[in-house]
Amino acid sequence: MNVPIARLFGVIVLLFALLVVWTSRWTVFDAGALNNDVLNRRTLIDELKIKRGRIIADDGTVLARSVPAAAGTYTRFYPTSNLFAHAVGYSIAAQGRSAGLERSRGDALRGVQTGLSSIFGQLTPHRVGDDVYTSLDPKAQRVALQGLAGRAGSVVALDPRTGAVKVMVALPDYNNNHPDAKGVGVSTFNRATQSGYPPGSTFKVVTATAAIDSGEYTPNSVVNGDSPKTISGVPLSNDLNQSFGPITLTKALTYSVNTVWAQVAEHVGRGTMTKYMKRFGFYAKPPLDYPPEQIAESRPYSPTGRAYPPASPREDIGRIGIGQGGLAVTPLQMAMVASAVADGGKLMTPRLATKAVDQDGRTVQTYKPSVMSQVMSPSTAAQVTQMMKNVVEEGTGTPAQLGNISVAGKTGTAQVGIVGSNLTQPWFIGFAPVEDPKVAVAVTVERSQGGFGGTVAAPIAKQVIQTLLSEGQ
Amino acid sequence: MSARNRELVCLIPASLLLTAGFAGVFIQRSNVLSNVSLTYGAIFLGLCVAGHVFIRMTLPYADPYMFPLVALLASFGIVMVYRISPTLARQQAQWFVLGLVLFGVTIVAFRDYRKLEQYRYIIVLVSLGLLILPRLPGIGYQANGAYLGVRIPGLFVFQPAEFAKVGLVIFLASYLRDTRQVMVAGARRILGVTIPPIKYFGPVLIIWGLAMLIMLVLHDIGSSLMFYGGLLAMLYVATSRLSFVTVGLLAFVIGAWYIGTHVPHVHDRVDAWLHPLDAQLYNKVGGSYQLANSMFAQAAGGLFGQGFGEAALNIPGGGPLLPAPQTDMIYAVITDELGLFGACAVLLTYLLFVARGFKTAQLSRDSFSTLLAVGLSAIFALQVFVIVGGVTRVIPLTGVTLPFISYGGSSIIANFVLLALLLLVSDRARREA
Repeated sequence: MNVPIARLFGVIVLLFALLVVWTSRWTVFDAGALNNDVLNRRTLIDELKIKRGRIIADDGTVLARSVPAAAGTYTRFYPTSNLFAHAVGYSIAAQGRSAGLERSRGDALRGVQTGLSSIFGQLTPHRVGDDVYTSLDPKAQRVALQGLAGRAGSVVALDPRTGAVKVMVALPDYNNNHPDAKGVGVSTFNRATQSGYPPGSTFKVVTATAAIDSGEYTPNSVVNGDSPKTISGVPLSNDLNQSFGPITLTKALTYSVNTVWAQVAEHVGRGTMTKYMKRFGFYAKPPLDYPPEQIAESRPYSPTGRAYPPASPREDIGRIGIGQGGLAVTPLQMAMVASAVADGGKLMTPRLATKAVDQDGRTVQTYKPSVMSQVMSPSTAAQVTQMMKNVVEEGTGTPAQLGNISVAGKTGTAQVGIVGSNLTQPWFIGFAPVEDPKVAVAVTVERSQGGFGGTVAAPIAKQVIQTLLSEGQ
Repeated sequence: MSARNRELVCLIPASLLLTAGFAGVFIQRSNVLSNVSLTYGAIFLGLCVAGHVFIRMTLPYADPYMFPLVALLASFGIVMVYRISPTLARQQAQWFVLGLVLFGVTIVAFRDYRKLEQYRYIIVLVSLGLLILPRLPGIGYQANGAYLGVRIPGLFVFQPAEFAKVGLVIFLASYLRDTRQVMVAGARRILGVTIPPIKYFGPVLIIWGLAMLIMLVLHDIGSSLMFYGGLLAMLYVATSRLSFVTVGLLAFVIGAWYIGTHVPHVHDRVDAWLHPLDAQLYNKVGGSYQLANSMFAQAAGGLFGQGFGEAALNIPGGGPLLPAPQTDMIYAVITDELGLFGACAVLLTYLLFVARGFKTAQLSRDSFSTLLAVGLSAIFALQVFVIVGGVTRVIPLTGVTLPFISYGGSSIIANFVLLALLLLVSDRARREA
């Protein structure tokens, strides 16, 4: 009976080989598909077990950290809650949801490793993420928040030399420890990056840049500032229908003369205007290290709400040149406009995170400043700076004056709501010190009862600039 | 080196694995290496040495590798069960002690195991009775649609099939010893195929009927396959006729197909097997949730596994991620934590044990001993195939245990009796050789 026994053993070996083959299928060959299967909750559970790194402000304040929860898992705690809710966002690993920096810097926070370290990572199954350091400034953030005093609006401050975001305030905000809580004055919509506000006269900085850098105008070019003027076949008036007569572009910016800048925009033309807008970052989502789905493009829209393609013949370039004509922008984009002028025409890529540091204190990644575009020549930048300095010294932006520190800026007061409702959207964009700009800001407040950019937004900008400069930025 | 000394040396890997395994689980649990892991290792090693000394005294010629292989499997099993639940591991250790006692009792009581033949009809009746028990109202219970357990309230729970498998093998070994010559002698060839006389198909038909009955009554394809395959293997060895096996397998496939499509519970199992990742089946009660998560667990393990104690078994703050990890799904947990390599090592250990069983069968001089050793080894191998095959989706999933590794008293005790019988056969065969 020995031969059948040997054959039988052969069959058993075959059966076991079958088991090995099938085990290999699930562990190796089909593992990728199985790991990514929608029904597979393991990745989510693994995610829960990762101790995500902290998010840290410029002054060392911890904005987010992991706290141990049941069964070796972790949850997120945000010590500063509302203060940085929009910038930091939230991460709910159990539901696979995240927002803000928690999302955009999720890989670093989760300790996703690359290259050689991923091989050694196999040996340490307890994953601990890296700490992400940001340029956010809690003191200035608080000042900006106090400045808005509960009104809906936004404040964004950048370091024009690096693109580092120092302040990102948007009201209403929310407590990111409870991102799903609903209520009055609670919103996860980040007005700093997602809104579509009319920029009003602050956009004249863009028009001025296009006019001067293209060589069509100089700050001393004279244009007739009478009111009204026919723009795109429709009469356009200055504030209070005031006529200024022939004035220089410098004066026209200082007193924010609509008719002058609308004529300039028309004369410069759609093509050139669009070219400079694109250089400033319009028509695209700013490449901030922030979730793209939480960033809106700044661009003109048709009255029915459709985005005009760049340089569309249907857009009213004259009115766009003074921040009307369906133009919708984010405060972040307007801060980038100020930043580009401040940094000699060079627009730095805006960024929140500065570096990622692992648990042993080694800097594993530095997010270096990078140039996003050269918007204008340094000489144009110097001329536009001079014009903006005039605005604060003797024009509409005097409330932004900061004693012996010279500030350059531009106000804006967009009309919102139905005609005659007296509702406005005050703006201020600017930077300081003029000689060596270290701070660029954009401030806007929603639905002000007849307030002006100079009276409502400029004082907030002034305080934020003052705070940031006093910290020796 | 004498057989017994070889056996003693071979126990070393088992105790090392046990100590290392416990150390691994402890480190994972609390980041400290407690001396409890050494205590566990020492106690377990002590039990193994006790078993070894007992074999040395009673069965000096028995195969030297079987007991160490079982010790290896059992020590590995207790680490896995401990990692799943320390409470269950303590109970498992108790079952292990009881198993060893019964192992000793079997060896002492059946020193001449051939006297088992005298009781073959009692044994077969008791075995069949055991198989039916789970369907008896009051004490039988159903798990996942299959009837495999008996619960005597307040006393204990046990799986009669574990014991029935040993009984049926003893009976068939004895029965085939008597009839194998007749079955072959009366055969004739039709169209080149050797067909035994119809009347000698009797035993095949009975076994087939039994397998179908198991499937119908217990709703379980896997157990049925295990019994049928084991008994068919014995028939093949007894008669050397492939035709029996071919006809037998064909009949099984037809029967299984019919029942698989017509009995709802079995049909559900087959459905889950065919489409484990179907969202509807996945979310259905008694659907493919367990099987799908078995596959996910294995995928998570990859080549080398996540390490002892690293597999996710529960949804934090929720239900089980992998139902029945300590019994049916223990192979998936092993693959998750030790990867393809660990799983293959376990399978290889089983294969080595089965190989020693078959070797014993080849060395045996009388038909009963040979058939007994073949039957026990084959049914043991098929039990591994049925549960691992179920977990890895080779065949529909069945709730049988992974011998010596899964948690469960019936399984441990029955398999120790199986080991005792194999060692008895081996001792006799090698003494004569």
